[in-house]
Amino acid sequence: MSIRLENINYIYSPDNAFRKHALKDINLEIREGEFVGIIGHTGSGKSTLMQLFNGLLRPASGHLYYDKSDIFEEHYNLKILREKVGLVFQYPEHQLFETTVLKDVCFGPKNQGLDEQSCIEKASEALRLVGLKEKYWEKSPFELSGGQKRRAAIAGVLAMQPEVLILDEPTAGLDPRGKNDILEQIKKLHQELKITIILVSHSMEDVAKYANRLIVMNQGRIYFDDVPKGIFKRYQELEAIGLAAPSVTYIMDRLRKKGFAVSADAMTVDEAKEEILKFLGKDK
Amino acid sequence: MIREITIGQFYPENSIIHKLDPRVKLFGTIAFIVMIFTVNNIGGYILTAMALAGVIRMSKVPVKYMLKGLKAILFILIFTAVLNIFFTPGTVLFEYKFIRISEEGITIAIKMAIRFIFLIMGSSVMTLTTTPNHLTDGLEKSLSPLKKIKIPVHEISMMMSIALRFIPVLLEETDKIMKAQQARGADFETGNIFKRAKSLIPIFIPLFISCFRRANDLAMAMEARCYHGGDGRTKMKPLKYYRYDYIAYFIIFIYIAGIIFLNQSTLF
Amino acid sequence: MGIIKSKDLEFEYINHSEDGEIESVNKAIAGVNIDIEKGDFIVILGHNGSGKSTLAKQMNAILQPTRGSLWVNGINTKDEENLLSIRRMAGMVFQNPDNQIIGSIVEEDVGFGPENIGVATDDIWKRVEESLSAVKMLDYRSHSPNKLSGGQKQRVAIAGVMAMKPDCIVLDEPTAMLDPNGRKDVIRTITELNKAAGVTIILITHYMEEAISADRIFVMDDGKIVMEGMPREIFTQVEKLRTLRLEVPQVTELAYELRQAGVAISDGILTIDELVDELCQLG
Repeated sequence: MSIRLENINYIYSPDNAFRKHALKDINLEIREGEFVGIIGHTGSGKSTLMQLFNGLLRPASGHLYYDKSDIFEEHYNLKILREKVGLVFQYPEHQLFETTVLKDVCFGPKNQGLDEQSCIEKASEALRLVGLKEKYWEKSPFELSGGQKRRAAIAGVLAMQPEVLILDEPTAGLDPRGKNDILEQIKKLHQELKITIILVSHSMEDVAKYANRLIVMNQGRIYFDDVPKGIFKRYQELEAIGLAAPSVTYIMDRLRKKGFAVSADAMTVDEAKEEILKFLGKDK
Repeated sequence: MIREITIGQFYPENSIIHKLDPRVKLFGTIAFIVMIFTVNNIGGYILTAMALAGVIRMSKVPVKYMLKGLKAILFILIFTAVLNIFFTPGTVLFEYKFIRISEEGITIAIKMAIRFIFLIMGSSVMTLTTTPNHLTDGLEKSLSPLKKIKIPVHEISMMMSIALRFIPVLLEETDKIMKAQQARGADFETGNIFKRAKSLIPIFIPLFISCFRRANDLAMAMEARCYHGGDGRTKMKPLKYYRYDYIAYFIIFIYIAGIIFLNQSTLF
Repeated sequence: MGIIKSKDLEFEYINHSEDGEIESVNKAIAGVNIDIEKGDFIVILGHNGSGKSTLAKQMNAILQPTRGSLWVNGINTKDEENLLSIRRMAGMVFQNPDNQIIGSIVEEDVGFGPENIGVATDDIWKRVEESLSAVKMLDYRSHSPNKLSGGQKQRVAIAGVMAMKPDCIVLDEPTAMLDPNGRKDVIRTITELNKAAGVTIILITHYMEEAISADRIFVMDDGKIVMEGMPREIFTQVEKLRTLRLEVPQVTELAYELRQAGVAISDGILTIDELVDELCQLG
């Protein structure tokens, strides 16, 4: 599985007063098994980019190759692409519509043309993967809590067994525990299913913990594309475009400026703690 | 495509048309539309076209916005024209097997097309120069005598303004839901009419539910800001006639008289 | 008596089945006593389901207590006749930016509240301009709300409430649907309103960082207030907050972890400056 974008440009409403050049000359390659975070604030183009990956939007120019085939070519089967590239939009619980949770999760497999039995098998597996207990499966999706609805919606996409899972702000609107639960679940999916995960977010701290590659977008362009530690070192440039590195990065930087010989690489509280303790000679 | 519909889209400008009382504009638009369908000679068409052009010019709104509304009805326009051309009996101009084009057909097709165009552009002028709230205020004031017979004029006009305010929001939401379902393999384009209608269920149900949720939230927000119906409400932008409104009414009447006169005249 | 005061406040959501039988009872508030003074900046923290939003809705009489009482400026919220006065005194800003904007253009929406309470036309315009200036959205007065960002929409909503000259503003998770910049915008706006104009602010949220400038914090869980105090006192209790499903900012967490590991740092570190200064004195 590979995704390659070549000189992609996307323009909203090209013919009227609301014209917006949302993506400018995007060149990008995503490899199998990666856990990528795409960061940018509202208007950076990240949501637009996401919708190109499964052909929901067509670029004004440029190519997108999935497994070396151009997906915007005339006879390319986008419906099959959407089975392989699963897209979970922000507030996915807004797409629930069926009479039971199980039926809703079966929607994807049904559209793939599978028979009833296979649909139920895939749906059940997907619901297990998101940690939604069986006792909820026959309930109406609207009886579930916010967090449960969200899991059901994600299961709806997982049921198609995609090779790539793209999630737009999966933690939007959740409280801190809800946020951690969902992110941990996504990490488990990455480890168990070995699929490629692309997480679109505007929260650095969330993504830093899980992604092994960060793509920072600003005004329709890719600003940085690197491992998290590499990105956070450039926190001044991040600030200039309205983003911020995790608080820990700033703490370590200030300490270094005051003469502490601590590594600037620490991104999480645990890493920072270890570094400081080492410096103070208090580690065991 | 969905974003480009100009219904309810106000174009802010500093023109006399924008400043006119919405009741004048409502009356003017209705008079204009009624008159369009009574015009029966070239003189009438010319006067109508001149009146429309004059108002558009005075509104300072770029003409291309008026033309946008036309894009939406282009299909109906062509369809009606075709029907008229091919199915109106009369002096035959062209005949091939069962296809018959008559002189009357072409005349009627052209007339209908022109009328539709005037109608759409005339209505566009109104919605582009009047905020939806102003419009519903105008309606509310004009229809207020009906309150005496227990018709809830204020409530109806409040419902209309809120509906208009939420049209763009709901259109955007429909777009989002469609994309989310398409990402799960939903297909809204292939199949016969029954299949396509069924495929819209995954859009309508979430949309309905979202509308109910919005309505609930909105009602709470309105109550939180002390909304309690029309009693005791004052207006931020109360409708008051100014001199230019009276002049506008006068001009509208002259226009109506002009059309009627031209209709009777045998000059054209 | 303070602006908002409650005594033994309880509230139950009662679900009825289709034939009117009581199906389930959810005790959302299980005995709350608060007393909020004029000019305070209060933050009510809690995870989703702790009862904080339900408590917020008691403050402007959208919901009324099942047991106990709540008074706004001395008026009991169970007093049906005084509903409008209560809501004029206690304004509310909700979570969803779109679903509380009624006007098709910004200034019309801000004027909606004053129109409802019968303010004279000229006065309405004055209030609209003052409120929009206070939230720094005066330049957008003729804009359609659809083109605004989430943070801007919430500021318009705040202006809409300010235009009614309330005694206090209750904000029910106003930043939950916003991006980090929008969140900063809103918090900065309400902090300014409180510090510069003395507006009483009651902020309901689950983001602890937003509580740093509060005068007092209440933490809710299971319908009760389980912690109460100033930011420093609350933020230090990292373990307890964790069990309440809340997360302290990274700075405070790091300070706590270092203390646990034996480093002599004082309690209640809230900012990066404080942490760095303390560590420098040790290192």
